[in-house]
Amino acid sequence: MEFFNNHTKLFTTAFLFFAILTLFVVIIPAISNQQRNAELPNAVPLSEDARKGKELFIANGCVACHTQQVRNVDMDSRWGSRPGIAADYAGMKRMDIWRNTATLAGTERTGPDLTDVGNRQPSLDWNLVHLYNPRIVVKESIMPAYPWLFEYKTVLSKGDVTVTVPEAFLNGKGGKVVAKKEALQLVAYLQSLKQVELPGESRTPQFLYKREADAADSSGETTAGADGALLYANNCQACHQADGKGLPGAFPPLAGSPVVTGDDLSLYVDIIMNGYDARPEYGAMPGVGTMMGFSAGEVAAIINHERTSWGNGGKQVTTEEVQEILTLLETAN
Amino acid sequence: MTLYDKANLSLVGVTLQAPNIYSLQLGWSELAMGALVVMLLVLLGVLLSLYRRVAAIRNSIQGGFDNRIRRQLSQLNGRQLDTVLQHKKQGGQKRGTLAASGKAVLLMMALLAGLPAWAQPDGAVSGIAWGSAGIVITLVLILIPVLCGLVLMVVKIRRTLTRYQRRQHSALADEFAQYLDGLTKKEELDQLTSRKSALDYQLTNTELAGDGDVHDRRGLVASASSDLNLPIAAPKKRAVRRPNIDSNLAKLVLWYIGTSAFWLLFGTTVGQYLGIKFLAPDADQLSWLSFGRLRPVHTNAVFWGWASLGMLGLGYYIVPRVSNTSIANLRHGWLSLILINATVVLGTVSLMAGINNGGGEYREYIWPVMLPFAVALVLTLTNFLKTIARRKTTEIYISNWYMISAIIFTIVIALVAYLPFWQNGLGEIIVQGYYMHQGVGMWFMLFTLGIVYYFLPQQLNKPIYSYSLGILAFWTQILFYTLIGTHHFIFSAIPWWLQTVAIVGSAGMAIPVVAGTTNFLMTFKGAWYKVKDSYTLPFFLAGIIFYFTGSMQGTAEAFRYTNLIWHFTDFTVAHSHLTMYGIISFLLWGSIYAVVPRLTGQEPPQLTVGAHFWFSLIGLMFYTVPLMYGSSLRGLMWMDGKPFIDSVVLMAPYWLWRAIGGTLMWLSHLLFAYNLYKMYSTDKQSNIVEEALEKLTGNDAQVTQTK
Repeated sequence: MEFFNNHTKLFTTAFLFFAILTLFVVIIPAISNQQRNAELPNAVPLSEDARKGKELFIANGCVACHTQQVRNVDMDSRWGSRPGIAADYAGMKRMDIWRNTATLAGTERTGPDLTDVGNRQPSLDWNLVHLYNPRIVVKESIMPAYPWLFEYKTVLSKGDVTVTVPEAFLNGKGGKVVAKKEALQLVAYLQSLKQVELPGESRTPQFLYKREADAADSSGETTAGADGALLYANNCQACHQADGKGLPGAFPPLAGSPVVTGDDLSLYVDIIMNGYDARPEYGAMPGVGTMMGFSAGEVAAIINHERTSWGNGGKQVTTEEVQEILTLLETAN
Repeated sequence: MTLYDKANLSLVGVTLQAPNIYSLQLGWSELAMGALVVMLLVLLGVLLSLYRRVAAIRNSIQGGFDNRIRRQLSQLNGRQLDTVLQHKKQGGQKRGTLAASGKAVLLMMALLAGLPAWAQPDGAVSGIAWGSAGIVITLVLILIPVLCGLVLMVVKIRRTLTRYQRRQHSALADEFAQYLDGLTKKEELDQLTSRKSALDYQLTNTELAGDGDVHDRRGLVASASSDLNLPIAAPKKRAVRRPNIDSNLAKLVLWYIGTSAFWLLFGTTVGQYLGIKFLAPDADQLSWLSFGRLRPVHTNAVFWGWASLGMLGLGYYIVPRVSNTSIANLRHGWLSLILINATVVLGTVSLMAGINNGGGEYREYIWPVMLPFAVALVLTLTNFLKTIARRKTTEIYISNWYMISAIIFTIVIALVAYLPFWQNGLGEIIVQGYYMHQGVGMWFMLFTLGIVYYFLPQQLNKPIYSYSLGILAFWTQILFYTLIGTHHFIFSAIPWWLQTVAIVGSAGMAIPVVAGTTNFLMTFKGAWYKVKDSYTLPFFLAGIIFYFTGSMQGTAEAFRYTNLIWHFTDFTVAHSHLTMYGIISFLLWGSIYAVVPRLTGQEPPQLTVGAHFWFSLIGLMFYTVPLMYGSSLRGLMWMDGKPFIDSVVLMAPYWLWRAIGGTLMWLSHLLFAYNLYKMYSTDKQSNIVEEALEKLTGNDAQVTQTK
């Protein structure tokens, strides 16, 4: 056939075929999507530190293992309170002339998703220790250590942020471990990663493929069903550890803790919901409960798990008792 | 029943030691049934063997005296006949008569007939829970001595039968000896003599060749060996000599392949180290070697270094060949080679230094680093197009369709991916999906298919099965492959319709894949025997099989449900190795082993080529299969809402398997490099010949001068 034997016609046809398809499945969708979406009104722009932290995040290839996208499927609901939408990315532009826009959505989840890590894991102390060597706080972790973001000092200067590193992880280095400004910037970026709340009138997209069990009792609040051990593992364990012993000098133990086993339930609930910084020998605890939007049932499940684990023998609480305190706390604030 | 449980039932056959996985649960009743079936089978086998033994005995004594004698006479061989005839000559004495005792062995038959009476009366009692553990254990305990008794009985019976058979044989032998002794008639003896001479006949082994000297008058024998030792591996055919290639072009092709092999070794060394880091995350704590920086070093080095350079090198060989002309511009070929190598060197260093493009996979090199690569592509495209324009054939061979289009499309892809106009916000993700998959499918796959369309027919020495199938695959590949980019972001914020288009495109990919695979496999038709005689064809065959399985796996992964289980897990990593390694690398190796011997005149050692093939194939299986299995479990665990860190612990054994497989793959690359070295280094022996010839002609020249 003449067409097949004419290289100009053949290759021009192939090129046009490919280019036109490309136009319709990539270029036009990419442009129109950006035109039709704008940044959410509640979105907080990155601070100068967080922006530098993002550059470090990019430079060290963290996206190789950490996604930043909450898919609209139920299994992703642990990574954020709602599925990601186009508007979440709309504010991202090229960082500079040399590099592309870094949405950092990622394609591999060897480590956890980071879309909402600022809410899930806001503690500065934890993040620094974890960056120095993740295995200090999560012994099964396979994340690389980033000791080059830290320096070793014998004499501290004003404003130095020290990190409590156990002897075994110091690799024979002496002195105090002090976070360089890069470490603080990286943590600032991680802390800035929070899902933005949708404006009041807009419709929240739903998570699909609900688990059968969830679908069954999605009506009403899950109270009796809340799994204290799972909630503990997902929200508390990173600092207080699976054995409840915490990390000396950084995170207090819960095993044998007077707050856990004692009678002051309102203090206990208050700490879970709003954090705690009353003891100088430990790092500050962020308000995990408020950030994660714990229900009374979930708080009760965590309390009951902590009171019955690691040799603790505290009194079990009911959802109603916790609810009462939550209402009190809300009115007090 | 949750999905997790379902999977545990279906993932049978592997013992899992990691926590949070349930091993295969077999009920007691299934076990008991299994045991019973095995016992019955054993019993059946024993009965069959006994029956055959009895039948053999009956056979040997049946049919009356005449029949027996005739049968035994016909079984005599030359030596035995000799003995008989010698005996006759010496006038052997008469022996005493022995009564032939031809008793049938009815006793045994009776015994066998009685056997069924001992069979277990199965399920006669109702109301007992046969499946319950206690009952099953009791039954097994009863069955063990019963079975032992049965075995013992069978042994005894066999021994009795053997003894009886021996006695029977001895009687028959007596009978036969007596008959032979009684032979006196001349005709009978003559008959035996003539039978003996017939049996003694032997060929002289010169019937066909005669006694003359051997001459290879047409030069058909390529390699005659007087080495009679048994070979360790089956010897393969040597490469057929072809008309000489322009030595300047040959040099260019060899440099492309040589540098690509370097990047293969470098890239997979990095990859292997990354695999080890999954098991030993504190192997080093240096910023330049940290995981996030090294991972793109690995992927980009094997993509733009190994596969791209290898493909282009083969392209520089194929395009002029099938156009039946010389390459348009050799200098641009060299320039492209330098530019691409520069890209990979600069890219590697900049990635390790922490300079990258901001996250998209395979798009980690920043644009100034990728620019030389793009220039090289443009140079190569114009070079190839000019060569095709001055072709001496009417048609454009299908290899050129694939390879030229691959370069055109890749230039389009690079422009779409690196131009900034549509890359803000979600646009970047849409472009990323397109880029990463078109890079794989339109650059590596399309180009490599073009290579296969040339080298497979050449290595099989027959034309491609169907030109039309190749054309169908070509156009459908463009139609469907272009659409599938966003299937890397199913359930993301990308518009739902675009995700659906990608899924439909992925399903449509079945058409070009099936067409291509059929075409290649049908080309093998009638020439399958050549596979065992060739050291290149196994690479092609493996590559073609992976082309089908790997590509169809990609289709399967694109569906929404499978995305739930597999997306974000190492399943994707396993898939990309099945394809980029199983398809692209295997096909490139086959082609390289096919082309280099005809450029240098040196063949690789066949043993190390074989070792290369098997190490990489077995390594790839060890790498991918456990990784796919573990990743499926990991995905199910995520769906089940288990703590994330548990899924990390779960993966540890599968990451270990990955490292083991990776080691084998890496070793195979060392062998590949060694083979290349053997093919590249000019053989000393042929140098001696050349040198001697030069000396001879030199002498002649001197002689004529002095005259």
